[in-house]
Amino acid sequence: MNFPSDLKYTEDHEWAKVEGNTVTIGITDHAQSALGEVVFVELPEADRTLGVKESFGVVESIKAVSDLYSPVSGKVIEVNESLNDTPSSINESPYDQGWIAKLELQNPEELDSLMDSKRYTEFVESLG
Amino acid sequence: MTKSLKRTALYDDHVNQSAKLIDFGGWEMPVHYTAGINQEHLACRTACGLFDVSHMGEIWVRGEDAPAFLDFALTQWISRMPLHQAIYTVMCVESGGIVDDLIVYRTEENAFLLVVNASNCDKDDRHLQEVASQFREKTGQLKFEIKNESDQWSQIAIQGPKSFDILKKATGKDFKNLKRFTIEPASLFGASEVWVARTGYTGEEGVEIYLKNESASKAWSAILSAGTSDGIQAIGLGARDTLRLEMKYPLYGNEISLQTHPLEAGLGWVVSFDKPSDFVGRKALEEKKKEKKTRKLVGFKLLQKAIPRKGYLILSKHSEQPIGEVTSGTLSPSLNEPIGIGYIAIDEAKIDNEVWISIRNRNFPAKVVKTPFVNPK
Repeated sequence: MNFPSDLKYTEDHEWAKVEGNTVTIGITDHAQSALGEVVFVELPEADRTLGVKESFGVVESIKAVSDLYSPVSGKVIEVNESLNDTPSSINESPYDQGWIAKLELQNPEELDSLMDSKRYTEFVESLG
Repeated sequence: MTKSLKRTALYDDHVNQSAKLIDFGGWEMPVHYTAGINQEHLACRTACGLFDVSHMGEIWVRGEDAPAFLDFALTQWISRMPLHQAIYTVMCVESGGIVDDLIVYRTEENAFLLVVNASNCDKDDRHLQEVASQFREKTGQLKFEIKNESDQWSQIAIQGPKSFDILKKATGKDFKNLKRFTIEPASLFGASEVWVARTGYTGEEGVEIYLKNESASKAWSAILSAGTSDGIQAIGLGARDTLRLEMKYPLYGNEISLQTHPLEAGLGWVVSFDKPSDFVGRKALEEKKKEKKTRKLVGFKLLQKAIPRKGYLILSKHSEQPIGEVTSGTLSPSLNEPIGIGYIAIDEAKIDNEVWISIRNRNFPAKVVKTPFVNPK
């Protein structure tokens, strides 16, 4: 499993990448592996404002539906439309081509409650 | 994984093939191998799929009075089956609700192999024992015994257009002339107690092989290596489900249950009202046959990309009121379209009728279609 050290992580297996005021979010390598081949992604609407842990879309494999929860609060400024045609990017490249949405960060202090890669690795291991 | 999960005789083979294992009805079973559900599904439709279905239950009913007992316990007319015939049937409770669906093989004049769903096996065994007491009391016919031998038997399914070629390479025997829905005894893979049946759950050509646990791994490896050049693929329960769904074959717990009866499930053809003897559920089903049906099990396609799932509501196109419920759904790997099965009010069940499927509080357009969704050659 690959959990890059420049990202922040949630217990719901989302990652967040902070660049200035923009937070890019997606699902982790662990999440994509647990789901299996992703065949459908329901993206949030642009301009929608999300609260922390608010459900904003789903990722579906043939066998399972997984809700997406926002790691931080903020307004959706961009969504990865390419996932409509190639949802499998989430499996092949969960941290790069498989990004899901970009948010405009509202409360930077919310980032403090997210896990770093070391803690997330331990968290995943604790799940067995 | 908890320690209480049961494992088939092929567990080590699955681990060696890096299968992803899940708890399925108390069994630790492969949901998919490294190829993934889509590739496994397509391999079965275009070449050949190999399935470990040893979790299924094997209950034998043997004895002089076995045919008469099974006529009473099951909806099909078992006593008139020719030797080595297979038949798909259900067993019901008095109300007509379905205890399980199963395949019955007449392996000898007075011996029948009942292959039942893994998650229902213990319940079925108990149900059959209860029905047996009732039957003995009612008829005085005592000469039969019911034996659940599930823990001794493995089952391997070989399905897909190249199944017979691969099986010939693996065994030196040609099963192409085995008639559909028949079974025959064989000596294969060094084992003498083997039954080969031309049945399956995919819609494809192929067989299901029943053999004792100690021979299972040898058979599995032999078939896999014989089929490598033909593109054989080990297939997990994930693709087993999408393959059966494309054929609209019912799955117990989804399309059928104690709360559904065979007539509304499109299984009227497995209920033999012509059978002269009484059977469990007969009275209730005869009444249901006279009544106007209220709902029907239909297939539908979504006209917009989203995935219908068990439990989602089906709504009227006009009133947006609930008219039914999805029992199974997936993105069809063969069609790359979202397909589903569900119960729907009888006046909305016509082919081409447009409906809504409610998915996460949004309505997606869908259309009732002819089934099966695919037509394997």
